[in-house]
Parts: sequence; structure tokens; C-alpha cells
Amino acid sequence: MNSKFVYVTYIRTTPARLWEALTDPEFNRQFWSGTYQETLWKPGAEWKLKLADGRVADAGEVVEFEPPRRLVLKWRNELRPELTAEGYSRCVMELEPEGELVKLTVTHSLEKEGSQLINAVSTGWPKILSSLKTLLESGALVSEIPALKSA
Amino acid sequence: MSMDAVFRALADRSRRQLLDSLHACGGQTLNQLCAQLDMSRQAVTKHLAILEQANLVTTSWEGREKHHFLNAVPINEIAERWIGKYERGPLQALSELKRRLERKEP
Repeated sequence: MNSKFVYVTYIRTTPARLWEALTDPEFNRQFWSGTYQETLWKPGAEWKLKLADGRVADAGEVVEFEPPRRLVLKWRNELRPELTAEGYSRCVMELEPEGELVKLTVTHSLEKEGSQLINAVSTGWPKILSSLKTLLESGALVSEIPALKSA
Repeated sequence: MSMDAVFRALADRSRRQLLDSLHACGGQTLNQLCAQLDMSRQAVTKHLAILEQANLVTTSWEGREKHHFLNAVPINEIAERWIGKYERGPLQALSELKRRLERKEP
């Protein structure tokens, strides 16, 4: 069995605004534990998740880019050798309007049983998604998320 | 997706057991969950439906198998809304105490 997590949150916003939050580096910094993505946002483009100090935390490739519905990333940790050794994971973000809400599903998986990478991101996603929801619904963060610690 | 539904879903021992089981091992099927827990298949199905409704459990299909996952996002929202808020005071007091105690004497 592979390692996988499926996170769902319902956010009172529009798909366009949520898409912007997910793909804009300035927006990213406000809810993504101080990190931000660097990429040209097209299939095949190199993708990086950078820490506040500019170091690359994770890297990979944009696999699918269909605004404002579906984003697929090839994702490998670059900071911890034991996680880098696990190779690439797959992160799928799907946006579906449901009335006044948008359902955001984040599926993060890796073809390996007991993946440490999936275990590591599984503690991060709930915080990031709650923070994203708060940011979009109120325009302000309820509480600061501690910045991602480097390895 | 109301907070009430989340609290109601959490207010049951069997459902918390199901969440613990999914926390220990994500992606279990109904059969796997039933084998793990001392509950009838009917009870597990019923509890899973309530947990799914509260967005505490998410699912994904692989072929004909439905896999269940713990969705910790609503739990994190509870932690931020109902725990973080009340903890902040004491934590600030503690960090102030630490700062004072560690300060070098003039």
C-alpha cells in the first residue's frame, strides 16, 4: 500500500481567489508557514517551495495546471536526506464550488509504505489549510503559524 | 460544515476510536476498520457517515475499494479557535518569565 493523506476544507470564497492564494508567492507567505512557491506555473515547469530565508525546502515539477480547478505537483523534500531518498511524491489540489463555499481537497501521496515524507507533511497540511481558510474568510490570520524549522 | 457537527461527531467514544484507528493507519477500507474494532459492521458504517459529514474523515476510491483518511483540518481549527486563544496568555507569561530569569544580572 502506498502512503497517502486526503485533506478537505470548505472555504467561503471564490475558486478564482482560492486559486490565487494557492499560486501567488505573496499570498503563500501569509498562510504557508512562511514558505512560498517559485515556478512558472505551466505543466513541465520546475517547481520549488522555499523557506523564508530563500533555501529550497522541497522541489519538483508542475504536472498539471488547470486554473481554477486542478493543480498537480511532483514534490520531493530537499532538506532532509532520508526524505530526499524517498523520491517524488504527488500532491493534487482540487477546487470545487459548492454553493457559497469552495471545497478544497489536497491529496498527498507517495508510492511507498510508511513514507516519512507523507508523515512529515501530514502534520503541516492541517495547519496550513486552517490558516488559509482563516485568511480568506476574514482577511486576517487568527494566529501566527510557527515558521517551518529547517532540518 | 459547522463546528457543531464536528463537536457532535467527536462526542462519541466509538467515533473517536475510529479516528484513532485512522490516525494510526490511514487509508483503511471498511473491512479493515471492522476487523480492527470491536463494533458491528453496521455501527462502523453509521459512525463513518457521521464523521464524513463532519469532514473529519475523507475518502478516496481506488478501483472498487473505498479508502478512509483522517482529516485533521477541522480538529486544527478547533485547536486554534478553542485552545490556542486561551493558551496564549499563559504562554506569553512563561516566555516573559524565561526572559527575565535568563537575563544577565547587571
